[in-house]
Formats: sequence, C-alpha cells, structure tokens
Amino acid sequence: MTNKRNSFRILADKLSGKVFLTFAVIACSLILLILAGLSFKSYPLLKHVSLFKVIGSSIWAPADGKFGLLPFILSTFLITILATVFAVPVCLLASTYIVEYASNTVRNLIMPVVDILAGIPSVIFGIWGVLVLVPFVSFLGKTFNIATEGYSILAAALVLAVMVFPVLINIFTEVLRTVPNDLRDSALSLGATKWETISKVIYRKAAAGLFAAVILGFSRALGETIAVLMVVGNSPLIPKSIFGMGYPIPALIANNYGEMMSIPMYDAALMTAALILFIIILLFNAAGRLVLIKLEKN
Amino acid sequence: MSEKSIIQVKNLSVSYGNHQVLKNLSIDIPDNKLTAIIGPSGCGKTTLFKTFNRLIDDTDGIKVSGEVLVNGENIYGKDIEITHIRKKMGLLNQRPTPLPMSIFDNVAFGMRLQGLKDKKELAAKVEHYLRLASLWDELKDRLHAPAAALSIGQQQRLCLARGLAVEPEIILGDEPTSALDPISTQHIEQKFKELKEDYTIIMVTHILRQARRLADYIVFMYLGEIIEHGPTDEIFNNPQQKLTQDYVKGVFN
Ligand SMILES: Nc1ncnc2c1ncn2[C@@H]1O[C@H](COP(=O)(O)OP(=O)(O)OP(=O)(O)O)[C@@H](O)[C@H]1O
Ligand SMILES: [Mg+2]
Repeated sequence: MTNKRNSFRILADKLSGKVFLTFAVIACSLILLILAGLSFKSYPLLKHVSLFKVIGSSIWAPADGKFGLLPFILSTFLITILATVFAVPVCLLASTYIVEYASNTVRNLIMPVVDILAGIPSVIFGIWGVLVLVPFVSFLGKTFNIATEGYSILAAALVLAVMVFPVLINIFTEVLRTVPNDLRDSALSLGATKWETISKVIYRKAAAGLFAAVILGFSRALGETIAVLMVVGNSPLIPKSIFGMGYPIPALIANNYGEMMSIPMYDAALMTAALILFIIILLFNAAGRLVLIKLEKN
Repeated sequence: MSEKSIIQVKNLSVSYGNHQVLKNLSIDIPDNKLTAIIGPSGCGKTTLFKTFNRLIDDTDGIKVSGEVLVNGENIYGKDIEITHIRKKMGLLNQRPTPLPMSIFDNVAFGMRLQGLKDKKELAAKVEHYLRLASLWDELKDRLHAPAAALSIGQQQRLCLARGLAVEPEIILGDEPTSALDPISTQHIEQKFKELKEDYTIIMVTHILRQARRLADYIVFMYLGEIIEHGPTDEIFNNPQQKLTQDYVKGVFN
C-alpha cells in the first residue's frame, strides 16, 4: 500500500517536471508562431521591397503603392520615450513618498486609488485626453506661439504617461519595499540624512528592480492603442515637433485593418508594420534584460 | 555606582500603537565598558537599542516618552540634530548589511557624508579602519569589488570598519554574531575585546556564555522591564532576583 503510494508520488514528481517543460515550450513557441505568421503575411510586400526600404522610407501613399513606415516608427518611439520621460520621475518620487515617508494610514488611502487608475479602460483615458489634454496642448501652443492643433505627439505622450502610472507606481513601491529596513538603519546610523539614505543607498539597492519596472512600463506604452489614437491626430507624415501630429504603429493598424482591402498590398503593409512593432518590442526587452543582468551583478 | 556613565535612560517608555513595549525604564550605561543586554525574545532589547540613536523615530505609530541622555545631553530634546546623534554610535545589525557599493565606498561612505573629499586622505583612512577591523590584508587587492561579494563574516567586519570610520564613541551591536560561523564570531568577539579599551560597546546577545566572556556589565530585561543590572560577576554568580537566577541558569523558555 505505502509502496504503491510512494511509486505514484515519484511518478507524479517525474511527470510534473515534464508537464511544466511542455507548457514553457508552448509559451515560447507562441512567440515564434506569431513571428512566423506576421512574416508570412508581410511576405507579399517584402517580396517587392526590402524591409530596410520600408523602414527607411517616409512616403505613405497606399493608392500609389508606396508604403513607407518611417513616420509611424518615429511616432511610436517619440511618444513612448516622451511618455516614459514624463512618467518615470513622477512615479519614482510618488513611490518614494508612499514607501519612505507616508504613514500607514496615508499609504492605505493612496494605493487603492492607484489600483482604480489601473482599472480604467483606455477609451476613458482617450476621452479625457480629448477633453482635457488636447485643449491644454492648444493652450500651450497659443501661449508660446507654436503652431499646433492640440492633437499631437505631446498630448499622446501625456495620456500614455498617465496610463503607465499605476504599473510603475505599483512595481516601484513593491521594489522599494523589498529593501531591508536594516539597510536604511545602517545608512542612517552612519550619519546620512533621510534623503541621502534614499538617494545614495536605497535607489542603488533597488536599481535592478526599478529598471525592470521601467522596461515593463515602456513595453506597455509601446503597444497602447486606443487612447493614443484618439489624441495623436493620425497624420502619416514625419512629425515636425512634439506639438505636431503623429501616427504610431498600433494606431495605424487599428484604424485601417479590414478597410480599403481593395488596394493591393495594403494588407501586407499593415502586417509588415505589426511585424516591425513586434520586433521592436522583442529587441527592447532583450536589451533591457542585458542591462538588468549587469545591474544585478553589482 | 560611582562610575561614569555615557548613556543615562530616565523613565523611558515606548509603545507601538497601543502596545507598550518598554515600561518606564531607567538605567545608566557605564562609559568605556562592554555592556551586554540579555533577556528572552520579544522583551524589547532591539527597541531599547533603537531609542539610543533614535532609529525608532521612523517607526509608524511609535510613542516615546522619557529621556535618553548621551554625555549628559537629552537626545530627545528640542534642538537636537539627529544625524549628529547617530554619528556618535556605530551600529552592527544581526545580519550584516553592506551598502550596495564597493568595499572602499562602504568604508568611505560616512566620511564622505561629513565632507571629506581629499582622495589621499580618504584612502589612508579607509586603510586605517580596514586594518582596525583586521580586514586590510584580506581585502587590499579588491577594494573596488562589490561588498556583497564578501563572505558573511567579512561583511560583518566591514560593517564594523564602516561604523568605526565615522569616529563614534559608542558601538551598538544587536546580536552581531548570530548570523556568523564560529570562526567569524571569534573574530568579532576578539575585535570587541580590543575595542572596549577605546569605545563603549553595548551589545544584545542571546548567548549567555558570550555575555559572560565579553561583558563587564549586564542588563537583564524581561517583558519590557529591566529586572536587574550590574557587573557581570554579580549577575551570573549572585543574582538578586528569582527571574534573573532562572534566566542565567537557563531554566527559562
Ligand atoms: N515595528 C513594530 N511594530 C509593532 N510592534 C513591534 C515593532 N517592533 C517590535 N514590536 C514589538 O515590540 C516587542 C519588543 O520587540 P523587540 O524587537 O524590541 O524585542 P527583542 O527583545 O529585540 O527580541 P529578539 O530577541 O527576538 O530580537 C515585541 O513584542 C514586538 O512584537
Ligand atoms: Mg531584537
């Protein structure tokens, strides 16, 4: 009886490893499958024009068979980078306040609000962007004498920044909380002020985790579609400034997929755009991982 | 007792929220001696320690009343600059806590905060304090390696060197050897024996034999109160209280 039970346990143990491996392989091969599918769908276009040409060309005129994706790629990067630049310092300071300064009572009030922010659908952020941020950018333009419609890269970056707040704040606070209290005490007992302890010791100790959070926030921003699409103006030209309109890749795909399919190659061009977005995200994550490994070594 | 005391605790009470952890303590800690605080887990030893350098201040919902005088100065007084208090005391934690930087930077950390910039002087002082903690010979070729790469025992001695580098008068050790192997424990004990010539050392320990070996003076705490304190000999050989007797005999749980 016990023997039978034991052999069953050993079998289950052996099997569980195999089962986990299978699922891990399935998850990984999903990436390859998506990559293969997108490549296959892009092939009709890429057979005529090289990928580099598509990436390097800035003329988007589907009716004439010209599918330059440069404006979209630039918009994507510009908006995402700008959003990250806006969001990271704000979230880092907010999280520092929550973890290092706020009392339990205040902390317990703030965190649920952050969670509510995380649960708001992107469409709502989009509407808020149209109602508040677009006029705000117009106002900035008028004040500083810059030509702008309000619908702009800047408005999109601001919406995105607010949308990644919850992700960043949640992970930042989690990461800062993992820094042991003894380490704080040590720095303080060496005569450091609270801010010196935070800036010289805690941030450094938490660097790898904080960086990982930024990567996650950035990836999320790269793919965000609806809210951005509503405020960015969707003009397929190279953006002249952050006050000008843009047209990031996700918006391009969402706006046009399934339409104007009578135009030859249109479908393939959109798939190529998706392929490029996918590759950007993969490369970005890989690069992030490398930096992370370096940081963790310290 | 006519001896000079460096820390005087007067009617000190501490509560976390509604939970009173230290109950109206008064004690004088003798100068230039090694004092060991002993007592069962949860009796408030760490809490008492944290009131000495006001690390307790940052705890949520903490209430402190009473006085702690260091060299006659009430550190809970109004015009006290807190970093100034803390610099007087080097701290060793239960587990070593190297700062996330190189060995050199760990030792230089406190001195840099005090405005020491001169590279030569800094290097000389880092060497001096690493020697004081008997680490120099082991580490002189890898000063710029991350401190986290050291063994636990080395890390604890590095923390000692780092604490000494801010030129404290008092060294606080909260069970400073409990995470260490026997050899590293011996290293730290040996250091304490040498250092007590020049510093006041206050340590918490659960190892009675360690207290006996090292301490000149013993404070026995129980459930937030000081039951008895006195020279090591008296506490171990001739305790006045029944509780102390039981504790030092080990008939306690
Ligand atoms: N941050 C805190 N919030 C609430 N209660 C606390 C806190 N820190 C300690 N306590 C409580 O205070 C009491 C004394 O704790 P303290 O850490 O001072 O004991 P200790 O004597 O150092 O114990 P040990 O020997 O296990 O280290 C315990 O009952 C503990 O639960
Ligand atoms: Mg303790």
